[in-house]
Amino acid sequence: MVFNTSMTGYQEVLTDPSYKGQVVMMTYPLIGNYGITAADHESKKPRLEAFVVRELCRRPSNWESVETVEAFLRRNGIPAIERVDTRALTLRLREKGSLRCVVSTADDDARRLVRKARAAPSMAGADLAKLVTCARPFEWDEPLLAPVDGRPVVPGWPLRFPRPPRVAVLDFGVKAGILRCLVSMGCRVSVAPAQTAAADLLALAPDGILLSNGPGDPEPVVDAIETIRALLAERIPMFGICLGHQLLGLALGGKTFKLKFGHHGANHPVKDLATGRIEVTTQNHGFCVDLKSLPDEVRTTHVNLNDGTSEGMEHARLPVFSVQYHPESCAGPHDSRYLFTRFGERMLAGVTRERLIAADGSAGGDDA
Amino acid sequence: MPKRTDIEKILVLGSGPIVIGQACEFDYSGTQGLKSLREEGYELVLVNSNPATIMTDPAYSDRTYVEPLTPEIVESVIASERPQALLPTLGGQTALNVTVALAERGALERYGVELIGAPLEAIRRAEDRQLFKEVMAASGLDLPRSVVLTDPGEVRRAAAELGFPIVVRPSFTLGGTGGGIAYNPSDLSQRVRSALEASPVKKVLLEESVIGWKEFELEVMRDAKDNFVVICAIENLDPMGVHTGDSITVAPAQTLTDRQYQEMRDDARAAISAVGVETGGCNVQFAVEPSTGRRVIIEVNPRVSRSSALASKATGFAIARIAAKLAVGYTLDEIPNDITRKTPACFEPSIDYVVTKIPRFAFEKFGREFPLDTAMKSVGESMAIGRTFKESLQKALRSLEVSRPRPKPPSEDRALREWLGTPSSDRLHRVRSALEIGWTPGQVAAITRIDPWFLHQLKEITDFEAGLRAGGKGAGLGPESLLEAKQMGFSDGRIGRATGRTESAVRALRSRWGLRPAYKLVDTCAAEFEASTPYYYSTYDGLSEVVPSRRAKKVAILGSGPNRIGQGIEFDYCCVHAALALRELGYETVMVNCNPETVSTDYDISDRLYFEPLTLEDVLGVLDLEKPQGVIVQFGGQTPLNLATPLAKAGVRILGTSPSATDVAEDRRRFGALIKRLGIPAPAWGMAKSVAEARVLARRIGYPVMLRPSFVLGGRAMEIAYDDEGLRACAAKALGASAHPELLIDRFLSDATEVDVDAVCDGRSVFIGGVMEHIEEAGIHSGDSACTLPPHSLTAGQLECILEHTRKLALGLKVVGMLNIQFAIKDNVVYLLEANPRASRTVPFASKATGVQLAKIAAKVIAGRPLKSLLPPALLRQRFPDLPYAATKAVVLPFVKFPGIDPLLGPEMKSTGEAMGIAGDFPGSFAKSQEAVGMHLPASGAVFISVRDEDKAAILPIAAQLRQLGFTLHATANTQSFLARHAIESRRVFKLGEGKPDVVDLIKQRNVSLVINTPGGARAKSDGYAIRRNSVDFGVPIISNIKSCQAAVQAIVSMRRGPLPVVCLQDRYKSLPYTVSGV
Repeated sequence: MVFNTSMTGYQEVLTDPSYKGQVVMMTYPLIGNYGITAADHESKKPRLEAFVVRELCRRPSNWESVETVEAFLRRNGIPAIERVDTRALTLRLREKGSLRCVVSTADDDARRLVRKARAAPSMAGADLAKLVTCARPFEWDEPLLAPVDGRPVVPGWPLRFPRPPRVAVLDFGVKAGILRCLVSMGCRVSVAPAQTAAADLLALAPDGILLSNGPGDPEPVVDAIETIRALLAERIPMFGICLGHQLLGLALGGKTFKLKFGHHGANHPVKDLATGRIEVTTQNHGFCVDLKSLPDEVRTTHVNLNDGTSEGMEHARLPVFSVQYHPESCAGPHDSRYLFTRFGERMLAGVTRERLIAADGSAGGDDA
Repeated sequence: MPKRTDIEKILVLGSGPIVIGQACEFDYSGTQGLKSLREEGYELVLVNSNPATIMTDPAYSDRTYVEPLTPEIVESVIASERPQALLPTLGGQTALNVTVALAERGALERYGVELIGAPLEAIRRAEDRQLFKEVMAASGLDLPRSVVLTDPGEVRRAAAELGFPIVVRPSFTLGGTGGGIAYNPSDLSQRVRSALEASPVKKVLLEESVIGWKEFELEVMRDAKDNFVVICAIENLDPMGVHTGDSITVAPAQTLTDRQYQEMRDDARAAISAVGVETGGCNVQFAVEPSTGRRVIIEVNPRVSRSSALASKATGFAIARIAAKLAVGYTLDEIPNDITRKTPACFEPSIDYVVTKIPRFAFEKFGREFPLDTAMKSVGESMAIGRTFKESLQKALRSLEVSRPRPKPPSEDRALREWLGTPSSDRLHRVRSALEIGWTPGQVAAITRIDPWFLHQLKEITDFEAGLRAGGKGAGLGPESLLEAKQMGFSDGRIGRATGRTESAVRALRSRWGLRPAYKLVDTCAAEFEASTPYYYSTYDGLSEVVPSRRAKKVAILGSGPNRIGQGIEFDYCCVHAALALRELGYETVMVNCNPETVSTDYDISDRLYFEPLTLEDVLGVLDLEKPQGVIVQFGGQTPLNLATPLAKAGVRILGTSPSATDVAEDRRRFGALIKRLGIPAPAWGMAKSVAEARVLARRIGYPVMLRPSFVLGGRAMEIAYDDEGLRACAAKALGASAHPELLIDRFLSDATEVDVDAVCDGRSVFIGGVMEHIEEAGIHSGDSACTLPPHSLTAGQLECILEHTRKLALGLKVVGMLNIQFAIKDNVVYLLEANPRASRTVPFASKATGVQLAKIAAKVIAGRPLKSLLPPALLRQRFPDLPYAATKAVVLPFVKFPGIDPLLGPEMKSTGEAMGIAGDFPGSFAKSQEAVGMHLPASGAVFISVRDEDKAAILPIAAQLRQLGFTLHATANTQSFLARHAIESRRVFKLGEGKPDVVDLIKQRNVSLVINTPGGARAKSDGYAIRRNSVDFGVPIISNIKSCQAAVQAIVSMRRGPLPVVCLQDRYKSLPYTVSGV
C-alpha cells in the first residue's frame, strides 16, 4: 500500500499503469468531486489493485464529468473502500514504510485477511512491467487537449523541427500524458512493447527513444536493460522517465534501491542544477537510482529538495538523460514539460546533422 | 541568492485602522513580516496608525511610528529615518496607495528609497484596470470584456457594447467600495457617478458580467529567480457577483480536475509575471463559466491579502513571513519550511482536510439587511477545519456565534425564487429551507448559481438531520448514527435539538460510547513528513495525534472568535499579550480560537494552537485533552466570558476574576447593591420586563432614559428615549433583541463627559493603567467615541474621585486581572455607568500610549504574581501613568459601505476600527488622530453649520473662532440669523425644498470643506439626514456633536501652526518618568 498526496488528479492516479501491484490511498479526503472525464485517462484501464479514500463523492459536478468514480471502479472491477482514517494510515506508512495490504469485500475474518496480506507478493524482485506493457506496437497521435482559448498548451510548442521526428517509446506501462506531450511537441510517436529488441526498435528509424514509466522494481526487467545497453552503443538520443530512468541507470552500470515509502504526489520541489530553477514535480516511485554507483561520466542534473535524493542524470558523452519524476505531470504542475523540449533539442541536433549530410550544408532554414 | 547586504534599514507600512475590507489580517501578516525581517538583522522602521495591532508593539520594530498613513507624514518619517528600502506589500491597499503617492510626489527618488517586494510598475498594473487588461491580454490571458470610463457621459455607448448586467468597478478603492452591479441604464449612470466619486483617480471600469460564474483564488509566491509555487487554491461557494470577502470560501479547490486546475496555475504564473511581481506573495482571482469551462482572470493583488492570511492558516504555510524574506533577496529554496523544519519553503502544500471560511456580517447594527454584491460588507470571518466539507462547514457555522431564528421562506413561488436568488447574509439558511421543502440541488443551483457540488453536500446534511429528527429519538440514536452525525460536523446541541435531548445529554451519550474528538495536525504536507508545529483541529476520525504534555504550568487562553463590531482586533491583541506574558513566566500556553485573520492564531504565539469554534462543546473537547491548570477567559471579550460559567460548571478552573464576580458585574441588581454599599454614585436605574413597566419606571427616573437589554455586547439595541412615545418604540425593539427579555433602564446623563478607565487588580492592590476622557458626550457608545490620554479637561478633584471609585470597585468585585469602567461626569459628580471585569477595547490604546503593557501585567497577575512586582518602581509611586504628551484615539465608521444609512452616532456601536494620534498636546494629537482615520480637517475654506436649538449657544464661540481663522461660514436661515444676531457673518444656504442651490448641492459640489450638523427634531431630521448622508457619500468631513467641534477647531489651530512633528514610540517613551519594558 502506498499513499498519494495529490489533491487533484485521482483519475490520473487511478489510470496510471505504474500503480500495478499496489493499493493506492489518497491523502486528500474528498475523492470523486468532479467525477471521471473522457480526456484525463492515463491508460485504457486502471491497473492498481485497490483504492482507499476517506469520502467518495457520489454527486460529482464538472462540465467535463461523464461518470462517477464509483461507476468507473465498478465497471473496471477495482475494489475500493471509504470512511477510512486515511491520515492515520498515512502516518503508519510513513513510520513503517510501504506495507503489504489486503482489501476485501468478500472476506471479513480479520485473521484470515492478515494471512492474505502477509502472503501478498513483494514489489521487490517482481517484473511488473511485463504485465502492463502493450501487447503489440502501435502509433499514437493524440495531443494534449488545448485549453478553451486555443493557446499552445506549452509555450513554444510545437517545436520547429525541419521534419517531425519519430520517437520510439519503450512501453513499461506508459502514461498517455507522456505520449500526448510528445505529439504536442511535434513528434510522430511509435510505442513498442517492453520486450522489443534493440534491432527492432532501430528498424523504426527513430530520432529518439523514450524509456517510459512503469510499475515496480527495475532490477528484474533484465531484457529491457540489455536493450537499453544496445541502444546506448548506437548513440541515439534517449530520454528516461521514472522506471525508464531507473532502467537507464542500471544499463549504465548503476544500482537501484527501494525507498522506505516512496514518493507519490504532485508537490515535490526539484532543482535543475543546470539553471538553478526549481520545478514543482509529480512523483510516483518506490525505487531509486543510486547515482553514486554510476560511472563518473554520468552526472546528476536534478535534486529533490525535500530529501536531497537525485532526481535526474545525464551522460557526459552520449545524448542520453533521464529523470526520476514525471515531466508530463498528469496529475500535477506543468513545470517540468521543458524536459520534453530538451529531448526535442537533442533529437533536433540529430535530425539537423542528418539533414546537413543529406542536403549538403543547406540546412537551417526553418529553425535558424 | 542570499539576503541583501546593501540594505540595512527598511521602512514597513502597516494598513492603518480596521475598516471593512482591510482588517486584522494585515496585523497578522505585518507582525509576521516584521519578525521575519528582524531575524535577518535589519533595522526596521514602521508606520502604522493603528494602536490595537501587535505590529505596532515597539518590540517588533526599532522605530515604531504610530502616525497617520498619509504621503506627507510617511515622507517626513523617511526624511528623518532615511531608510534604504520600503516594503509596501504587508499593509494592504492602504500601504500600496501611500506608496504610489510617495513615488508620484518624488519622495522615494528624493531620499533614495528603493521599493522592495513590489515594483511601482507592478502596483500600477495590478490596480489600474486598463493597464491590467492590457498586460493580461498581451500575455494571452482571457478577461471579461470591459470599458474604462472617466466621464459619466460615455455610459450609454459602454452599455451598448457590453450588455446588461454590467459590473461597475472604481479604480484604487478598498474592498470594492463604490462598486456594484447595474441591471439597467438608470441604475448604471447612478452607479458610475458614485464610483467616480469613490475612485481617488476618477476612473471606473465597466465589465462584461461574469455574475454566476464559479470563482477561484490562487495564493501564489514567486522569488527573484522566477521560482513559483501555489500555496493554496480557494474555491468560493458563492459564485461571482458576491465579493470574495463576503463569500463562503473553501480550500483546497473542490470541483476542478487536475488539468483544469493546472491550467489555472499556468495562467496565474503568466499573470504575475506579466504584472511584474518579482518577489513575494500574490493573490490571483479567476472566474470559470460553469458549463463551458471558459476561464477569465479577474484580479491580481501584488501583496499579502485577506486571502493570503486565510491560505496561511489553512495550510500552515507562513506566506507573509516568507514574502518578507523573498523581498530582501532570498529565494524559496533557501528558506526552510517552518512547519517541517527539514524541507524547504519551495513546495506546494498538500492538505488532507477541508477548510471553510464564513464571513460574519453586522447588519443588525444598521437596522436592516443589505444584499451581497461586489462591494464587501462583512466585518469578520470564522474558519474551521474538518476532514470533510460537511464537517468543516458546520464547524465554521457554529464558530460564527450567530444565533437567529431560521428565516421563513415565502410561500408564493415567485417570491420564493427571488428570496432564494438574492445573495444575503443568511443564504445558507435559505438554501437549507429550499432543500427541506423538497427542492432538488439542481433547482437550487439554477437560481442561486451555487455549484451543485456544494448543494449536494448541503443536502446530505439536511437529509441526515431529517433522518435524525425522524428516527433519532430515544433508542433510535445509537453509537453508529451519533458517530456519523459527529463526522458530519453536527454539534451536540444540534443533535440534541433534532432528537429531543439536551446538549449535555448528547455529551453524556458520547462519553458513554467513547466518541471523543480526535485532534489532527496541520502540517503542510498531508503527513508525508514529520512536522514540529503544534497546530491542531478536531475531527471525529479515529486517531488523535496530540500527545499532551503533563506539565503542571499549563494554561489555556480562549480567543475572541470572528471579528464583529464591538469585538475586534483589540481583544486579539490582549489574547496575544496574555500568551506571550505567560510564556515569559514559563507556562505552556494553549490557544483556542477560530478567527483566521488574527495574530493569536499564528502558530508561534502559543505552545499549542487549536483552531476550533469557541463553543462549550468544542472548548471542553480541547480542555479534556490538554488538562491545563486553568483557563483564562477575560482577554477575548464577551465570547469567552460567556463561556466562563458553563465551563466552571463543567469543572473547569477559571483563572483570574471568578465567574461569579463577572456575574455580579453583569447582573444589575447585584451590581447596584454592590456600588451602593461601596458608596459609588450611579445614574438612577431600574429593570422592566414589559413596555408598560418601562414607562412607569422611566417616568419615575425622569427622561431622558437609556434602554438596553441585559447581557449584550457593543451597545446592541441600546437606545435613548426622550419621552413616552420614544420609549414605547425603543422598549418594544430592545425586548426583541435579547434572549433574556428584561430591559435595563438608566437615567441618561445628557451632555455629561464620559471617561473610560482600564485597571489591573491582583485582589489586593489596583493599578490604574489609563484614564481616558471621551471627546463626545455620554450617550454615544464608548466604542464610537474619540478619547484622549491623559484626560485634558478633568479637574484634580474629579480625577481623584475616578481613581478612588476604580480602586474601591476593583477590590469590591474581587477582580483578579483586568477591569474596565465607564464613568460619566455631570455637574461635577462622577457617576459610574458600567464595569466589565475583563480586557476592554481601550487596553491596547492605553498600553501603547503609556508604554505599560496592561494585558501582559494582567496575565501575570492572573498567574499569581503580585502587581507590585510587575510595575516599574517609578510607576508605582504615581497614581496612574502621567504622560508628558497626549494620545488621542479616533474611530473609523463604515457608513460609506452601507448606502442610505443615516451616519449618526448613538448608543449602538458602529465603528470598525481606530487610529491613534500622538503629539505634544491634545489639539495636536486630535488633529493627527482625525487625519489617521481619513477625517481631513481643513486648514481653510468654507464650513457649513446647522445645529439644533439646544446647541446654538455652544456653537457661537466655535463659529466665531472659525471666522477668525478665515473660514467662510454657510448656514441655513435659522442658524444664519442666529449667528448674525451675534455679529458672526455667514452666508445663507437654502434648506431642502427652499430653492436651489440648496445645502445638499453645496456638499455635492464640495463647496464646503467641513460640515457641522447636530441632529435635531423630526423635521430637521430629514434635512439632517440628507446633509449627513451626502457628506459621507461625497467625502466631506462631518462633525455631529459640539464637543467634537470644539476639539476640531483646536486641532485646526494646531495644524495651521505648521506640520506636526513625527516621533516614534521608542523616543516618546524616553520622555516618560518611568522605564518602559519590552522596547
